[in-house]
Amino acid sequence: MRPLVLAMVAALMFGLAGCGILFGEEADIQVYTGRHYDLEQAFTKFTDETGITVEFLNGEDAELRERISAEGEDTPGDIYMTVDAGNLWKAGEEGLLAKLNSTQLNDAVPEALRDPEQRWYGLSMRARTVMYNPKKVDPSEFDTTNTYADLAKPKWQGRLCMRDSTESYTQSLVASLIAAHGEKRAKDIVKGWVENDTEIIDNDIQILENIDAGTCDVGITNHYYLARLLAENPDLSVTPFWANQGGRGTHVNISGAGVLANSDNKKQAQRLIEWLATKGQNAFVDGNHEYPVNPDVEPEPTIKKFGEFDYEPINARAYGALNSKAVQLMNEVGYE
Amino acid sequence: MSTTAPAPPRATPERLARARRGTGRRFGWTLLVGAVAVFVVIPVAEVTAGVLTPTPDLWARLWSTVLPGMLGDTLALMFGVTVGTLVLGAGLAWLVTVHSFPGSRIFRWLLVLPLAMPAYVLGFVFLAIFDAPGPIQTGLRAMFGQDVWFPDVRSLPAAALVLSLALYPYVYLLVRSALLEQAPATFDAARTLGASRTRAAVRVVLPLARPSLAAGLALVLMETLTDFATVSYFNVQTVSVGVYQVWKGQFDRAAATELAGLVLLFAVAVIAVERLLRGRARYHQKGGRGRGLATVRLTGAHRWLATGTCVAVLAAAFGLPAAQLLWWAGGDLLTGATNLLDPRYAGYLTNSLIVGAVAAASCAVIGLLVAHSTRMTGGKITTIAAHATTVGYAIPGVVVAIGVLIAFAHLDTALEALGVPGGTGLLVTGSVIGIMYAYIVRFLALSYHSIDASFTKVSPAMTASALSLGASPARVLGRVHLPLVRTGVVTALVLVTIDALKELPIVLLLRPFGFDTLSVWTYQLASENRWESAALPALTIVAVALVPVVLLIGKDRLEGAR
Repeated sequence: MRPLVLAMVAALMFGLAGCGILFGEEADIQVYTGRHYDLEQAFTKFTDETGITVEFLNGEDAELRERISAEGEDTPGDIYMTVDAGNLWKAGEEGLLAKLNSTQLNDAVPEALRDPEQRWYGLSMRARTVMYNPKKVDPSEFDTTNTYADLAKPKWQGRLCMRDSTESYTQSLVASLIAAHGEKRAKDIVKGWVENDTEIIDNDIQILENIDAGTCDVGITNHYYLARLLAENPDLSVTPFWANQGGRGTHVNISGAGVLANSDNKKQAQRLIEWLATKGQNAFVDGNHEYPVNPDVEPEPTIKKFGEFDYEPINARAYGALNSKAVQLMNEVGYE
Repeated sequence: MSTTAPAPPRATPERLARARRGTGRRFGWTLLVGAVAVFVVIPVAEVTAGVLTPTPDLWARLWSTVLPGMLGDTLALMFGVTVGTLVLGAGLAWLVTVHSFPGSRIFRWLLVLPLAMPAYVLGFVFLAIFDAPGPIQTGLRAMFGQDVWFPDVRSLPAAALVLSLALYPYVYLLVRSALLEQAPATFDAARTLGASRTRAAVRVVLPLARPSLAAGLALVLMETLTDFATVSYFNVQTVSVGVYQVWKGQFDRAAATELAGLVLLFAVAVIAVERLLRGRARYHQKGGRGRGLATVRLTGAHRWLATGTCVAVLAAAFGLPAAQLLWWAGGDLLTGATNLLDPRYAGYLTNSLIVGAVAAASCAVIGLLVAHSTRMTGGKITTIAAHATTVGYAIPGVVVAIGVLIAFAHLDTALEALGVPGGTGLLVTGSVIGIMYAYIVRFLALSYHSIDASFTKVSPAMTASALSLGASPARVLGRVHLPLVRTGVVTALVLVTIDALKELPIVLLLRPFGFDTLSVWTYQLASENRWESAALPALTIVAVALVPVVLLIGKDRLEGAR
């Protein structure tokens, strides 16, 4: 029996030791974040400027929301940060976020990129647009008004690569199609993609590499993956095409944040979000080649080369509600 | 599995068996197993209780759209992985245990290495090599033009292959330990009676190894059921993928857990089939531990064929992915972007080690106690409770994690209602205790199956003699059972440590602020497609996971030498 007892004692001690590590010193602000890109750098800069310390916990948007909800009043968190507007909308609906009264935020973040009820704000913008191989596609082949919808036409048969339906990027794009065209038309569009034998790839980088390799002519990805690949290999044979410029604008999503309703440090938490939307914009977005939400801030050089574009306003309420319909719709027409 | 008709209470086979074994009802031990079962089932029930109140709309919609396809994919994948792991796991175990050929002694333990390679890493590397932009297809296009044919790499067969390569060590380990523990007498007897080696193998050894084979397969299939990352690389839509889709895409956790309940049904079916496969057969060691089967020296082309097979499997399942990771990590080193010097690296490593060690120790202790209790009481209730302790393995980690969160939240509310101010507060807000709890729920099956497979080979007569000589059940555990099943215990320790090191969703969701592990770090980088940077932590996981594998091997070799 001795080894058994020893093992149990060891287990217990490890457990206690573990707890000891955990409940040491706490930072002023704790951030639950689905975003990972270079957060540390931005937060360190914030601490340097303000003296307010920040700690963050990575995870997936939906799981973190689940955790915040289960923790209720006991939550140690102060901020919920996501890479998708739908999850922010849902957190707002579930009463997890506090209403902020910040003229600074309302001035810095355009109305199209924030919650009308001031519970959350977009902090960076990611465009999901059409990417093509210039050796195989002439940009005049694209429809400028309804670019995404036009890819359902038979002329794109066997030429497309897209992301899987499990990915929130795809879901919010389809949700935007439903919002713009209605469910029936959106269904026809997605069905058209499927009938065009679109190659489904569960990774944006690999979609771009496939376009470069010539195995597909056109794909839809987030713009910053292209920027990242171009930084490694400037000769990559992939060019972005800003979709829907003659129509409602390119589909964008945001990475954004809100202050938790159960935060015990709302004031400093709000200050961090304000800083990220203003002075901290470049530190927050540049590392990942994203577009600043604040119109007064310049994007970094690589993506500036992609040119200016009009974007479709975020309608997170519609997205959140339509996201579910989008998944359903893709299921119905067999979009994997 | 007994189909005995109701008989007078005094003469049921079970009672007779108990009387023969000298194991009467021991309520304390039954209670212990029951308590463990309740402990494990609570968080699972917290989330999957939704199955009892199904949402008709959800099921009708799913049934008319994706569900048939998901069921088909899930079954097809399970079938493919069963065949793959059986051929690889049992075949290789047989090959290296009873044959000698160039390198056979080294392959005996090298073949366990793929255990250290997470399936999602293997899948990713597989795609990096074989997908259209990868070196193979690029080369083919350069030679034969743009339209050269290549099999579809994002397909179910490819996913089954990758999962089989990643998971076969479970079958391999358990079958090998069965072959080692098997008294050679039966095999030799068959041979003396004129059976050819093949016939003796198929008719005698295979049935003897059946419990281990079944246990190994059960683990493999449960792992396959919960896999999300690997199958999504290959566009395979299993029910687990559906769980994620409904939850994250439709923001409906309640509906998602109903689907998770379906995964649970699959798992219960797997457990039932495993029991069926074992049947009522009980094979026990006579006397002490077996000396193992005598080895046969392979000659001529067979020798090299055997060596070649082992090399090929190892290269595909371990060598290539490890080389690719090294290549990436090296590239990062050259460009100076390496995170090797990151000061947090040591902290992540320590956290991973703590989590792995504690999880392994807890699971091994509990698994041993449960298996021992089952032997001590042998009643139906105990047996059912013992099986209930293994259900967590078939639940996706993230669902278990949320179950633990909700269970803690309920406990908290209950404590506050009882007047304890603040309840358990600390527990709810993420803690290592929560992670441990979730790990035990999730990985107890690994340890129980390994230990139980060893237990089946301990003759009840042994237990009975010890008990009849007046040893207390606790003493029997320490002095008789533990030494006899230590192969199983060590296997359990190794399997749980490795799985705990690789595990992601539970740590990701339940960890407190500032508690990052290697797998969390790998995930953060990989989720941004920064594979070059992710390679170093991924390699470290592999390297750390190798330590218990090598320990296991050291022990194995000592035994092989006896």
